Amino acid sequence: MMIEFIAGKYNYWMASVLMMIGFYAIISKHNLIKKIIGINIFQTSVFLFYISIAKISGGTAPIIWEEATKYDNPLPHVLILTAIVVSVSTTAVALALVIKIYKSFGSIEEDEIRSMSVEETANRAAK
Amino acid sequence: MRDLFNSIILLGAYSLIMAIEWTVLNAVDVAFTEASVGAGITTVILMAALSRVKRDEKINIHGSRFQFSRFIPLLVVFFTMILLIYGTMDMPFYGDPNAPSQTYLAPDYIERSEHETGSPNIVTAILASYRGYDTLGETTVIFTAGVCLILLLRVFKNNER
Amino acid sequence: MKDDVIIKTITRIMLPFIQIFGLYVIAHGELGPGGGFQGGVIIGSSIILLALVWGSAEARDRFSQRFNDILNSVGALIYTGIGAVCVIFGGFFLEYGKLPFHSPEEGNHLGMFGIEIGVGITVAAVMATIFFEMSKKYDD
Repeated sequence: MMIEFIAGKYNYWMASVLMMIGFYAIISKHNLIKKIIGINIFQTSVFLFYISIAKISGGTAPIIWEEATKYDNPLPHVLILTAIVVSVSTTAVALALVIKIYKSFGSIEEDEIRSMSVEETANRAAK
Repeated sequence: MRDLFNSIILLGAYSLIMAIEWTVLNAVDVAFTEASVGAGITTVILMAALSRVKRDEKINIHGSRFQFSRFIPLLVVFFTMILLIYGTMDMPFYGDPNAPSQTYLAPDYIERSEHETGSPNIVTAILASYRGYDTLGETTVIFTAGVCLILLLRVFKNNER
Repeated sequence: MKDDVIIKTITRIMLPFIQIFGLYVIAHGELGPGGGFQGGVIIGSSIILLALVWGSAEARDRFSQRFNDILNSVGALIYTGIGAVCVIFGGFFLEYGKLPFHSPEEGNHLGMFGIEIGVGITVAAVMATIFFEMSKKYDD
């Protein structure tokens, strides 16, 4: 009974473990690029959650084939295809913002940026 | 000083392992997209961004006092994880053919798509024909990302904008 | 770098095959895994490979900035254009059955093919734009 329970739900637990790793990277690292890497790991764990819902035991890939009896559910695959492309767009715009932050503040560590005073920023912009 | 170069290479390896995982789970279109976009494009643009900022991460040498505030993220993460595992208690088992997600719309699409659209790949048929409007939205998103990058990073001289 | 000759020779041989493979993935999106996005990313990465090996100034010479900016939007225009043509022939937006081919199934098939081409062009051009904009230093 316990083994059945674990074998039936371990995919959701794996997705939550990955999600928590990404979440920890977002909230506790100070470097901005490491936060962006954490966002990527978080998104990948959500994709794993959706695709593991779509699987039927004994099913095959959703491409029509004569020898197949059961097909996997194709709807989550379509959702995740769109989500992967959106994730790369978000990463690209986030990196462009990081480059602009570096140009105007001079560092990409979050605690240094927060403690930099207004006049230092004005001095750097005037240079 | 810890190098950010190593973190980016590890992210590329992680994307490749996830692409193999999608293949094991029979999601071939998703595996193709993740291998080309995740292990290819994301790694390259992270490296390109790294070449314009500082390459090393600053390590805080913490003082001799025991600071409780350094453990708060870990506690928040544990608490959220317990909530998530509690939330999965009711969900259907892995690979169950009678789960609500497998019986509602999917058998309709699987039966109808071959003779209505003429393409054996059901995922492409849903993407381009049954849900074509959402694919238009996705194309707009990636076009907007291109336009945002041009506006943020390109230097225009003498009012060319 | 003394290994320049090896990398440049191998890239010179491989680039046309990479582009043909990208076109193959776009065109056979209906028969197997693949489709517009995957093929578009492959063609975009062939341009990025050119910029990595020979420098982005030379790659910009071959693939000029104006052409790149135009191709960014042509793909989305093709997509919306096919949808508008469907409205002209009396159906809803993106209803391919009303296109003037022999039967609704064939209209569906060819409409899907046109859409994949449009998506592939936009994705390839945007990948090249992202890389070139991010790696170019304007002496900062």
